[in-house]
Amino acid sequence: MSSVSGSPAFKALEGDDEVIIGLEVHCQLDTRTKLFCGCSTDYRDDGPNTHVCPICLGLPGSLPAVNRKAVEFALKVAKALNCRVLEESEFSRKNYFYPDLNKGFQISQYDKPLAVEGWLRIEGDNGEKTVRITRVHMEEDPGRLVHKGGADRPKYTLVDYNRAGIPLIEMVTEPDIRSPKEARRFLNKLRATLEYLGVFDSEKEGSLRVDANISIQPRGWFEAHGKGMEGRGRTEIKNISSYKGVEKALTFEITRQKNLIRRGQRLETATRHFVETRGVTTASRSKEMEQDYRYFPEPDLVPLRVSDWCERIVLPELPDARHNRFMEEYGCSYNHARTLTGDLRVAEFYEKVAAVDPRIAATWVADTLLGELNYRDMNIAKVSPSHFIELLQMLREDVITDKSAVEVLRVILDQLAEGCQCEAPSTCVARLNLAKTADDGLDAVIEEVTEEHPQAVEDFHNGRKEALNFLVGQVMRKTRGRVDPGDVNRRLREILSHGGT
Amino acid sequence: MGIFAFSAPDPCNAFITRIPEAEYGDGKLAGVSIAVKDNISTKGIPTTCGSKILEGYIPPYDAHVVELLRAEGAAIVGKTNMDEFGMGTTTENSAYGPTLNPADRERVPGGSSGGSAAAVASGMVAMALGTDTGGSIRCPAAFCGIVGMKPTYGRVSRYGLVAYANSLEQIGPMAANVPDISLLLQVLTCHDPRDSTSITAPYTHTPDPDIHGLKVGVPEEYFGKGVDPRVASIVWEGISLLERLGAEIITCRMPSMDYALAAYYVTCMSEASSNLARFDGVRYGPPADPKKQWHESFQERRRDGFGKEVRRRVMLGTFALSSGYYGKYYAKAQSARRNVAADFSRLFSEVDVLAGPTMPTIAFRVGEKSDPLSMYLSDILTVPANLAGVPAISVPCGKVDGMPVGLQIMGRWCADERVIDVAYAFEEGVSA
Repeated sequence: MSSVSGSPAFKALEGDDEVIIGLEVHCQLDTRTKLFCGCSTDYRDDGPNTHVCPICLGLPGSLPAVNRKAVEFALKVAKALNCRVLEESEFSRKNYFYPDLNKGFQISQYDKPLAVEGWLRIEGDNGEKTVRITRVHMEEDPGRLVHKGGADRPKYTLVDYNRAGIPLIEMVTEPDIRSPKEARRFLNKLRATLEYLGVFDSEKEGSLRVDANISIQPRGWFEAHGKGMEGRGRTEIKNISSYKGVEKALTFEITRQKNLIRRGQRLETATRHFVETRGVTTASRSKEMEQDYRYFPEPDLVPLRVSDWCERIVLPELPDARHNRFMEEYGCSYNHARTLTGDLRVAEFYEKVAAVDPRIAATWVADTLLGELNYRDMNIAKVSPSHFIELLQMLREDVITDKSAVEVLRVILDQLAEGCQCEAPSTCVARLNLAKTADDGLDAVIEEVTEEHPQAVEDFHNGRKEALNFLVGQVMRKTRGRVDPGDVNRRLREILSHGGT
Repeated sequence: MGIFAFSAPDPCNAFITRIPEAEYGDGKLAGVSIAVKDNISTKGIPTTCGSKILEGYIPPYDAHVVELLRAEGAAIVGKTNMDEFGMGTTTENSAYGPTLNPADRERVPGGSSGGSAAAVASGMVAMALGTDTGGSIRCPAAFCGIVGMKPTYGRVSRYGLVAYANSLEQIGPMAANVPDISLLLQVLTCHDPRDSTSITAPYTHTPDPDIHGLKVGVPEEYFGKGVDPRVASIVWEGISLLERLGAEIITCRMPSMDYALAAYYVTCMSEASSNLARFDGVRYGPPADPKKQWHESFQERRRDGFGKEVRRRVMLGTFALSSGYYGKYYAKAQSARRNVAADFSRLFSEVDVLAGPTMPTIAFRVGEKSDPLSMYLSDILTVPANLAGVPAISVPCGKVDGMPVGLQIMGRWCADERVIDVAYAFEEGVSA
């Protein structure tokens, strides 16, 4: 799904209405231990309830003690999002009953969050824009429910507390986002920023969860009133767990709300759930949304006074800075630089291979490699930079054509996708006989083709351009792409015009 | 090192769990028999908090204080009875039956650490641990005629204390005399990084009975409405003894007493409503009915598992924290609490300690305090120290109707040493 803005639901909006979106993003901070105890956070490959202790199980009498590293990570995020860190912030209890909640409350932050009033610059629908960040706060992840015997009508439910106590950072935006695509871009930028900071690993399952608030308002209404129009309530879509899911859920919700508005129905402010498998949102039971969380300051923890600490933190290079550097240092185009810096792993990969030739490398990483990886749903981490350097060198030294290079790349990626050890590019080129055909060889093929297609040659002489294209195509077919189409074109013209040299 | 055979009869129902053969080691408390209140986590020994809802729960870990006791060689001989989750002033609100007062079995031992007090008072054990949220150590100490102390908030780690009202409560020593209290406190005060409210202030003091020149403040409110005149009179006599021992007595006022009790109850009930939310039938006690919907099943478990007083306090606390009422109750209670603390600082700029009765009356008869409000009112003299986090001790101070009366001494924040000195001077003065 490349573009959502082309869908009919979105088109219909381009008249009098606009979409108002705000996001609440929860990310797991990639610390070694949990937020309030010493249990390991590396639970994903282990059995249920193996990474637990009296504290993260919430056993009677246990007490939380804040993980310093988690606070440091959260401060880095706050600083990278240009927030103001409160001089004194505090943890609060969010009280509600749920089996995955071992204490009957979640330790979160409420009226004194870690940081407030930040912003993040993104590529908006109409050029660069700023999305304001309302607040950044820390909280603990609850456990996880495992439904047995079908998700719809489970026979019974088991609880796994391995996840309980994993540090989460919640980032809330102002309602500054205007389309599902912008929401996606915001998330991508946020992910990149967090990964550059080294505090987040987007590859880990369940490491991101998003709640999205969305409403459709008459254009300009929101700006003028600072809130939605009466009767056009907003929807909070809870617990979306993927980047694509956010875009899908919002797109669905726009269609749904738009239909209700068109039919003149009143839209109540409501909570809905996104069903990833079906791509739709469904109404939540009203009980869940009428929750009163009865927040109050967590009496077992002392207030945090960390604003001075935050000032001493030195941030690493962030996506925007790297973007500028890639343009200056490597001569990348604006768009290439944006693509290459949009993901930490891609940026690092590019920097490893750029030495061969920064421009060739930029095109081949940003345009070709990422496309092929995306097609295979593969991660760039699987690709060996030294293999890629070898490929780029063969291209630069004109040993293979662009077309052959793509073929080599595909072969190698397919081998990797199947979990095999991949060939070195040079081995692959030799095996498939993809090295560029020498010019005399080309002449022989051209001669062959012109003899087989006298009509086309005559057409060319009569000034029909298509005939040349046809002949080039025939030569390419015979050489199986080992020659450069430009070379073929040039040589064909020479031979046909002058009878060769 | 050895085994302490614990077979003393328990006619007052002081214990919920007894360890007939308790192992002990070397150290300051080698071979000393110690009873632990049943809301303090003990590895491998059931910890019920006097509640049915924790039936069958055996903690996999020791509270910090229990680790310390074991490290100093103490023989932990059992877990004592208490008002369910500490909610009571009589030790009648226990799923394991009421504890009786060894001085008169027709009367309650006070609460909520009534089991610990009765165990010490009847001579079953040498010392005990209690917990004090609004007087739960000092009240039973006064009613049973022993010494009980609530240390400065933060001086003893709460790690392993099953929370009732986290911001108010402390674990503290209970014993027959002040030197034993002092010895036990030496063991208990050790900084614990697992308790974020724990302070680094080890108590290494030896009691000193010299109180010449000490300024003792006596708040008028401690002898006001609701205080039994016979209790008031015997405590005044005790205060006169302090004067004879060289202290200067200064009467003073503590206006914040007017709303201390309300601030206390709003705070403790609010915190309790949250602390006790974890008992939902998923992890402790008899399991919830899996055929029922989640909301129904946990509500049912909580209705059946908690006693009446616990349900009352959880409901009131839930209400006080509700949106729209938070400002009116919880937030207001916190500001009242700051006023109490301010009253204490003002008084402690003029006097060294404050003295008065621990309880307004002698021990109630069993069943006498059936009206919860009249029971709450009896905490009026003990809650201020919890609201302010300052140390307070109760020492025996004569008898009324054959029942013990306690003299309460409160000190500056972290001046537990001074409080113990005064109590020691008094104890020595009485026996002299």
